[in-house]
Amino acid sequence: MKAARLARRNVLHRPLETGLSVLLLAFGVGIISLMLLMQRSLTEDLDRNIKDIDLVLGAKGSPLQLILANVYHVDVPTGNIPLAEARKVMRHPYISEAIPLAYGDNYELFRIVGTEPSYPAHYEAELAEGKPFEAPFEVVIGSEVATATGLSIGDTFYSAHGLTDGTDVHRDKSYTVVGKYARTGSVIDQLLLTPIESVWGVHEDVEDADEEITAVLLKKKNPLAILTLPNLLRDTPMQVALPAIEMNRLTQQFGIGLQTLRAVALLIMGLSFVSVFIALFASLRDRRYELALLRTMGAPPRRLFSLVLFEGLWMTLAGIVAGLLLSRLGVVILGQVLSDRFHYNVTQLAPVAGEFVLVAAALLVGAIAAGIPARSALRIDISNTLGQGR
Amino acid sequence: MLKTEGLHYQYEGTESTLAFPDLRLDRGKELLLLGASGTGKTTLLHLVAGMRTPTSGKVELAGAPFSSLATAERDRTRGRHMGIVFQTTHFVRSLKVGENLALARSLAGCPPDDDTVMGLLEDLGLAHKLNARVDALSVGEQQRVSIARAVVHGPGLILADEPTSALDDQNTDAVLALLRRQAERTGAALLIVTHDQRLKDRMSDRVELNPTA
Repeated sequence: MKAARLARRNVLHRPLETGLSVLLLAFGVGIISLMLLMQRSLTEDLDRNIKDIDLVLGAKGSPLQLILANVYHVDVPTGNIPLAEARKVMRHPYISEAIPLAYGDNYELFRIVGTEPSYPAHYEAELAEGKPFEAPFEVVIGSEVATATGLSIGDTFYSAHGLTDGTDVHRDKSYTVVGKYARTGSVIDQLLLTPIESVWGVHEDVEDADEEITAVLLKKKNPLAILTLPNLLRDTPMQVALPAIEMNRLTQQFGIGLQTLRAVALLIMGLSFVSVFIALFASLRDRRYELALLRTMGAPPRRLFSLVLFEGLWMTLAGIVAGLLLSRLGVVILGQVLSDRFHYNVTQLAPVAGEFVLVAAALLVGAIAAGIPARSALRIDISNTLGQGR
Repeated sequence: MLKTEGLHYQYEGTESTLAFPDLRLDRGKELLLLGASGTGKTTLLHLVAGMRTPTSGKVELAGAPFSSLATAERDRTRGRHMGIVFQTTHFVRSLKVGENLALARSLAGCPPDDDTVMGLLEDLGLAHKLNARVDALSVGEQQRVSIARAVVHGPGLILADEPTSALDDQNTDAVLALLRRQAERTGAALLIVTHDQRLKDRMSDRVELNPTA
């Protein structure tokens, strides 16, 4: 019988002691791997949506909120700005591209954004069906919207006021779906796009101030834009915010929480190795007769060493596998919650590079934690252990 | 099969040295080593089994030096050529009865052989315990299984440490008969170490150990 196989039997024979170590390790590995998986989804997602947007022009307020609302479409906008004023920035010589966004309405909680064809083009969104939006009240819907609402080409619907509820429905003007985008993996998937004039049209009766927009996504031609534009806007109700910097600030604030979580996870992992160590030592004391017996039956000391080492490695391996499964279960659940609440898709189960490091490190530390008790198995005095009296 | 010459053993930290008579035991023969407690009979058994290294003197097994081998080599040689029945029975608890026997074969370097294992258990009236947990055996069954384990790999020398001391007369006879039958089956030499005077009348070849002064 191979040492590895006997080791597995021995480990399974003590389910309680083994189970505690495996459970601890599973949680430690699980939390860290979950963090790695989420981090990948988030950074990929954040980067994909920033996609060459250098600056966002919008109403004064929290710059982070401006970014979240207009780049990621997860927060409420900071307010509206007059198009006439915005044009001054859009035509500024330091700006190479400007995409205006105007919104305020939703359909079944998916945001309707008034914009220009340059917006879907920026995210390389391609039509899966139908035609681009041209006339007011024509909309092209993102792939998630199509799946979730069941809207298809030719359907008409009324928008609901604001972003968050469907109680106040504009009954006077209806939108018509004229096209559907293929999945892009970006925010476009979650939006209904329409010409800006539609948004103005719906709110004609509410606000008399004509031609207001919510924000403009800007690409700079000259790096000086970042320094010049804030000065230019000082006495206006407008501001520019830098997505890269705001998101950096956000992830850094996240970071403190994540670091704490990581520290806790590492602590749990550390405990689990102590537990593997203690479990093996305790079982050795308990089984010294057994080990001495193996020697008398022909197993050299080296073989006892590998037996105990394998026991530790089996426990480590079981913990790692359970932890990786646990983190994937976590991703599926979190992904469900996030996609229900924010229409965000984070469910990616493929291994992250960091996980290979995690597994290798866990196996190494597991081997060390098992190696010390294994060494003491080398030193068992079989005669004293098995003999009683002289 | 077994030859010892001038075996002496001194326990660490003690002054007195145990001196042992020379032993010689051929294949198919049996020998009783009789001594009261304190005469060092378990020490002698462990020296013969290579579980201790003699302070002086030597043990030869099947005509080859044994006590002078390196630890790992001695472990392997012991596993291959000897079967030991210990005073207290121990098993690998995570394995079933049959698997404990199979393990003894495998450690001795014998190929797996379910028929031998099963035949042996049948012979000992334990066929139905093949897949039993070792913890679930009665004390008597445990002893019989430990005898089975000592012979399952067909060793040339069977060593038994106090195999009968806890048994009544009837069971003493049964166990002795069992050991003899198994030794006979494989043509092995049988060495029994005991303080049990009852065996004195039952075995003709014997060596008595005297207390050292």
